[in-house]
Amino acid sequence: MLPLTHVLLLSAVLFSIAMFGIFMNRRNVIILLMAIELMLLAVNMNFVAFSKYSGDMAGQVFVFFILTVAAAESAIGLAILVVLFRTMRSIDVRDLDQLRG
Amino acid sequence: MISPWNSADLTFLKPELWLLCSACVILLLDLVSKDQRKAVTHWLSLLSLGIAAILVLAGGVKSPQIVFSGMYVVDQLSGLLKFGSACLVGLVLIYGRQYFIDRSMLTGEVYVLSLFGLLGMFVMTSAFSFLTLYMGLELLSLSLYAMVALRKDDSLAIEASMKYFILGALASGMLLYGMSMLYGATGSLHLSEVSARIAQGQTSRDFLVLGLIFIVAGIAFKLGTVPFHMWVPDVYQGAPTPITMLIGSAPKLAAVAFVIRLLVQGLPAAFVDWQSMLIVLSVASIVVGNVAAIAQQNIKRMLAYSTISHMGFMLLGLIAGDAGGVAASIFYALVYSFTTISGFGILLSLTRTGFESDNLANFKGLVKRSPWLALMMLMVMFSMAGIPAFVGFFAKLSVISAIVSHGFVWLAVLAVAFSLIGAFYYLRVVKVMFFDDSDLDVVDSPFSLKCFVSVNALLLLVAGLIPQPFLSICADAVNLSLLG
Repeated sequence: MLPLTHVLLLSAVLFSIAMFGIFMNRRNVIILLMAIELMLLAVNMNFVAFSKYSGDMAGQVFVFFILTVAAAESAIGLAILVVLFRTMRSIDVRDLDQLRG
Repeated sequence: MISPWNSADLTFLKPELWLLCSACVILLLDLVSKDQRKAVTHWLSLLSLGIAAILVLAGGVKSPQIVFSGMYVVDQLSGLLKFGSACLVGLVLIYGRQYFIDRSMLTGEVYVLSLFGLLGMFVMTSAFSFLTLYMGLELLSLSLYAMVALRKDDSLAIEASMKYFILGALASGMLLYGMSMLYGATGSLHLSEVSARIAQGQTSRDFLVLGLIFIVAGIAFKLGTVPFHMWVPDVYQGAPTPITMLIGSAPKLAAVAFVIRLLVQGLPAAFVDWQSMLIVLSVASIVVGNVAAIAQQNIKRMLAYSTISHMGFMLLGLIAGDAGGVAASIFYALVYSFTTISGFGILLSLTRTGFESDNLANFKGLVKRSPWLALMMLMVMFSMAGIPAFVGFFAKLSVISAIVSHGFVWLAVLAVAFSLIGAFYYLRVVKVMFFDDSDLDVVDSPFSLKCFVSVNALLLLVAGLIPQPFLSICADAVNLSLLG
């Protein structure tokens, strides 16, 4: 069987890509939403791996809850994005700069 | 240790079940209501909040009851904080009503989302496993993201909502990553089992510390402490004032409960590790919050930085870590939220359609235009600055004496020094109100709003003159919950 560390390493890489996508992305808000989804999926992978290797089912149940919440979260995120585009005519991260100081 | 759930567990869940049902009923009733002023929705929401608060009081228990196979805990601590949050959300709805009507923002969503947000706070306050903690947190956060964006034509509000959403989702992701690491280290999602297994020492310390770092970072985001505070000023300034008032008050109570459940109850064995992280967060928040607030001209933004510094103070009690320190933190959080809500209530009574009154200059000469409101604002500012005879002083005193008794004298000196710096910008508001001249019109706010705000602000003085009963309520709740 695949060692636990390999799975954890994969999810850590996915998590880092997501973090990178959030902090380095300076253009499109949709990419931010994608990065957030990726982050939650990396966490899911962690939970499934730990659950499988420790023989405790609760971790896999948690994954279903995370998936459901992630769906609700992206629904709200996209709704805010639509309103954002209607008011600002842009979904560029660089345009989100009216609030500062 | 963990027993399967039975239907008797449901009796401990009365306030949550009541809120869930009434929120759904109000959502449906609002669909068929034609009333532009939403009177039915308004009164039904207040009624259901009142009943929820009564159910919380009636369901008080002496010793902690762990129900639903260890997922949920009902104790004195959760009772106190749930009662506080229900009152705060009710006050938000009362204070915000005129504002929403004037700007034709009064939709059923305001009420339904507030009720669902409160349900999320209830779940967070009573959660006793990673799963319930996360679900409560998300229910609260998702409601708040949507409420910030309620004003669909205001680009500032939409921008604030987007920033809040992105950073909030990032924080949830980090928190979850930390939870998954702790799950890996201990093999359980239940806080009672997690703490027991860490205490037995069969866990991998690497996973534990890595998980802890992510969890503390996630918590710091949600609390809005430095260096994870970027969203706080933007959201406070951009959101409609009643929504800012909501974000700044009740969720802070749920957040302090969240930290207590997760760190104090779930990870007491890693106390030394999280204590040092909280010291960094707390010092940075007190310093940055107080210094940055001085530079602000927008009063909502100023209050945002003041929130950041208050959250730093609130963490001081948790750094002490014992029952006295936790009680001090809870007292601080309660005092902070009732002070903030009356501050925003006064701000709301000064607004009119098309005039947000959120600049410091808008407070000029308030004493000539509305002496009573100016006096109330003076009391709020004095309480926030921690001037004796107001309850804010006793809140600061109790957290500072909690850390001094654990030998953190340098931390206490630093906290006092920066609260003196902080007093500058609170007193500047008082100076602008009392000694500057202005040509603005006389303030004309609804009588009921004035009444509630006055009672709220006067309570700060009353609680400051006789703080002992309030302090002992917090101390008893913590003693019965953490030790019992």
